[in-house]
Amino acid sequence: MDLVTISSNLLFVSFVAYLVATLFFGGAIKKSKTEKAYHNSKWGTIGLIITIIGFLTHLGYFFTRWAASGHAPLSNMFEFTTAFGMMLVGAFILLYIIYRTPSLGLFALPVAIIIISYATMFPRDVTPLIPALQSKWLFIHVITTVIGESILAISAIAGLVFLVKNIDMTKKSKQRFWIEAVMYTLILVLGFVVTSTTFKVMNYEAEFTYIDKNQEPAEITYHVPPLFGMNEYEAMTPDAMTPFFELPPIINAQKMSTLVWSLVVGSVLYIILRLIARKPIAAVFQPLARKANSQLMDEIGYRAVLIGFPVFTLGALIFAMIWAHEAWSRFWGWDPKEVWALITWLFYAAFLHLRLSRGWEGQKSAWLAVIGFVIIMFNLIAVNLIIAGLHSYA
Amino acid sequence: MAKKVNKKKNRLIFRTVLLVIMAAIIVYAITSKDKVTVLAEGDKAPDFELVDLDGNAHRLSDYKGEGVFLNFWGTWCPPCKKEMPHMEDMYKDFEAKGVNILTVNVGEPKVKIELFRDDMGLSFPMLWDKNKTVMDLYNIKPLPTTFLINPEGKIIKIIKQGMTEEQIREFLESIQPK
Amino acid sequence: MSNIKCQCGHENPFGTELCEKCGRPLSEKAKKSDIVDMRYEGSSRRSQTYSSSIIDKIWNFFSSVKIGVSIIAAVLIASAIGTIFPQKFYVPATTDAEYLAYYERLYGTVGKLYYQLGFYDMYNSWWFKILVGMLGTSIIIASIDRVIPLYKSLKKQRTRRHPSFMKRQRIFGEGEIVNTKESLDNAEKKLKDFHYNIKREDGAILAEKHRFSRWGPYVNHTGLIIFFIGVLLRGIPGFYVDETMWLREGETRNIIGADGYVLENRGFILENYTKEEAEEVFGAALDKVGSVVKNYQTDVTLYKKKDGALPGSDDLEKMKDYSIVVNKPLTFNGYSVFQMDYKLNELSTMTFHLVEKTTEKSLGEFTVNLSNPEKEYDLGNGSTVDMLGFYPDYDGIKDGEPYSKSPIPNNPAFIFQMNTPDKPEGEKSFIAIQQTLEVEENDYAVKFAAADTRNISGLTIRKDKTLYILLLGGLVFMIGVIQGMYWQHRRIWIQEDSEGHLLIAAHTNKNWFSLRKELDKLRESADLPAYIDRQDPELDKLEQEGDENIWT
Repeated sequence: MDLVTISSNLLFVSFVAYLVATLFFGGAIKKSKTEKAYHNSKWGTIGLIITIIGFLTHLGYFFTRWAASGHAPLSNMFEFTTAFGMMLVGAFILLYIIYRTPSLGLFALPVAIIIISYATMFPRDVTPLIPALQSKWLFIHVITTVIGESILAISAIAGLVFLVKNIDMTKKSKQRFWIEAVMYTLILVLGFVVTSTTFKVMNYEAEFTYIDKNQEPAEITYHVPPLFGMNEYEAMTPDAMTPFFELPPIINAQKMSTLVWSLVVGSVLYIILRLIARKPIAAVFQPLARKANSQLMDEIGYRAVLIGFPVFTLGALIFAMIWAHEAWSRFWGWDPKEVWALITWLFYAAFLHLRLSRGWEGQKSAWLAVIGFVIIMFNLIAVNLIIAGLHSYA
Repeated sequence: MAKKVNKKKNRLIFRTVLLVIMAAIIVYAITSKDKVTVLAEGDKAPDFELVDLDGNAHRLSDYKGEGVFLNFWGTWCPPCKKEMPHMEDMYKDFEAKGVNILTVNVGEPKVKIELFRDDMGLSFPMLWDKNKTVMDLYNIKPLPTTFLINPEGKIIKIIKQGMTEEQIREFLESIQPK
Repeated sequence: MSNIKCQCGHENPFGTELCEKCGRPLSEKAKKSDIVDMRYEGSSRRSQTYSSSIIDKIWNFFSSVKIGVSIIAAVLIASAIGTIFPQKFYVPATTDAEYLAYYERLYGTVGKLYYQLGFYDMYNSWWFKILVGMLGTSIIIASIDRVIPLYKSLKKQRTRRHPSFMKRQRIFGEGEIVNTKESLDNAEKKLKDFHYNIKREDGAILAEKHRFSRWGPYVNHTGLIIFFIGVLLRGIPGFYVDETMWLREGETRNIIGADGYVLENRGFILENYTKEEAEEVFGAALDKVGSVVKNYQTDVTLYKKKDGALPGSDDLEKMKDYSIVVNKPLTFNGYSVFQMDYKLNELSTMTFHLVEKTTEKSLGEFTVNLSNPEKEYDLGNGSTVDMLGFYPDYDGIKDGEPYSKSPIPNNPAFIFQMNTPDKPEGEKSFIAIQQTLEVEENDYAVKFAAADTRNISGLTIRKDKTLYILLLGGLVFMIGVIQGMYWQHRRIWIQEDSEGHLLIAAHTNKNWFSLRKELDKLRESADLPAYIDRQDPELDKLEQEGDENIWT
């Protein structure tokens, strides 16, 4: 077995470990009658041990891949997103050791699992580094940013537990709507994973020619059936389905098709789950969050921001500026990725001020943490895939 | 009471000063463009040393006390070519009157300049700025650009276009030592 | 606006909520509340005090955190809007009309609106700058307004607090203890183990640690201000150089923006990853994307004008040889030269044969270096070729003469005079690419044989004297956030009241669970009353009574 294969296998082991650990954290909550028992639960300890094993194999994936490629595996969407999932688990372990709360694990691990599944939808080939990325700062800048972002993400997970627990799911309210919207979004990501995997297994491919935004002819390969066609498209694969719509040149119809497929599949998935559960998905999770202490969740959420914010600043702004100065000759160039890092930073700065000076605690703070996570995800996904810039390596 | 009034006054002064500074900074940030230090009329002409086609070194400071008509040019530039014969016509007269015509070619191959000179029958010093140092020093963008430098070494005019015979004469006269 | 005199005798500034010394609630609001607001220690923020003049009103505006957060939100939203479409500096256009056309062509009406609203140059717009300026003002004023009163009241705090202060703390306990003296002694000892600073006065303990974390916000705000100052200084001439230049292989050129330095391009290298060296690891990826660039490199030699030499003179000294690659700029005297761009394959030399037309016999060949042609090429055997005319970018005949539209050898043309033993007086010929003109029929001809090309490096020259200021700003900011966020200011008050009860109260600016953890440990070694956390109704009270510590 070569290193790359070993690396992939280790990642798979982690994936399974996180799944199993989730079940144990669920058990820790189910089996505990009092909060005392809940904190000292054997199930929780086993869950933690399995999580740590998963984290270690995840690190194993990281370093074997590093050894294979000769550079830190942080250079494309697959590698970056996987590392994000890894650090999310790492941050969870840290906070679990401080606070011992299985509820956090029950929510953090599934989110990590979804993130890792999402990562594996991108090309997993080991790619050589382009000159701009050949620098020690690739590792320093990206890993610090990823660690900062994952600690911040933990705050959103604590916020989610807080919200699922405290929102009254029996009455119609704005909060109930939005917490359900969060659940729906998570299921949409699963929809994307299901769609991509299905068509990948089917080995679906359809090639088209089109005219790009600079009026130049270009080619594109679809990996899902084309719902939308590119500007002035022509099919090269004979039995490809005919797109329903033709889109203007600035919109990538291939990505649009994938997006719509994911939306449809995810929505169907959601409806099926709703029909089985006969109540909002958030309400399904509510019993699992019930034993969590609200004040504790609030504190974990806040503390995660307090720990994560300096790390994020260091990685995503300071180290980023130092590297940008070295590679691109300017430390700041208003590249979309840079701007969104700044936006993330401004958002958490606002969060801290609202909390410190205006007493936004509890639900307001939890919602802010969730929005912060949405911004981080937006920067990770949308800015790379939709808004073209210097950082679109994937 | 007097102390209190004083304190209040000091506070007002402090607040006013700080707010004015902040306002000034904002105005400065809005109005300031990326400034590049560009030579302007009235500045002292920076000294340089270039060799001409015959290998003679010329320093601007050699011409102290005399006027210098400093012309930057290229062989491919039609207006440059057009004004050269007029400069040739007046060059000897004005040299006697203490006005020197110096032309600086902006880094073309030496042979190309020599061919040009022989073709046009020019006799004034043609300086060769092979590394484009003087061109950068004088921030040359369009060609031809001509600097009128008076006997005191000050730039009195920058002309960023071709000139007619009369204009050249007028300009040369304007930097004649009194 | 007189001072407020507390019952304990201390004079507090107008607007004070809690007495600076003993902590008695002074305002109606504080008296009514169950848990006192401990932000800024209940001290009087200056902004709340005076609002007589317009200056005071502006001051108070900027002092408000609500306004501060609103400004942050405005900057955030504006920044986000700026990423919807590419900004001006990423658009290949120069005139306003071209910009408008670009946005309209690609993004339709929305793009046009984006242009017209000025969003296409968001970060240089006057109102974005005003927002950032207001943010800076807010940071300065809000900090000044808070740090001074906070400092004063933390300095003035007394060990013994008034019971009404104790009772209004979030964590509070009260009870009768058998031996209060012993409890206090034990507590003091244990708190010292926890690294608390202890102040004790008859029957009262104030244990305090990590007060410095309270200054964190002000330190990080100072860092931000230093950073802003650095950014502002870049506008001053001499602080900041940003130039670009093209440098051809073999060319030696003055470095734009760096007076007195000259750079020679000894060669540009563009390398792709090859299948062989990339082994099996990258094979799959290379198959998919075709080729991946491995390296852009310009080999240069840096020269410096000798001391005292004038610009333009040949009096240069060699400084160093260097290979500029991406991520490894050439640096000297505060300047950095970056590998940013390249153009490949510009004509550099052309080789010709001199042939006799009838026999097609070559009399020899010569090579013209297009950047430095020679006047005469001696072919030996008595034949020479003279250069009579050289037109690097030939563009037809104008006014009866060949015309070159630029000095760049895009389309070179020549007039050669061929001197041969047969025709010592010479024959003239005009040679351009795919074209030969002769005045009269010649016996000899110059025939194109081969050409060589060279590459051009695109380099960026930077100098930024403010970098160290910016770095300092970042460092101070990091110190500030770490100091403020990784430590908590904790205080524990234990005192005996007049009826012989023992009161315990505690406060932290964050992380109450950790504080409770410490209190629980404290209660293991000292007999102290049970406490309640009045903001955590879910806290299982039984646990606290028990021996087992749940938090570890």
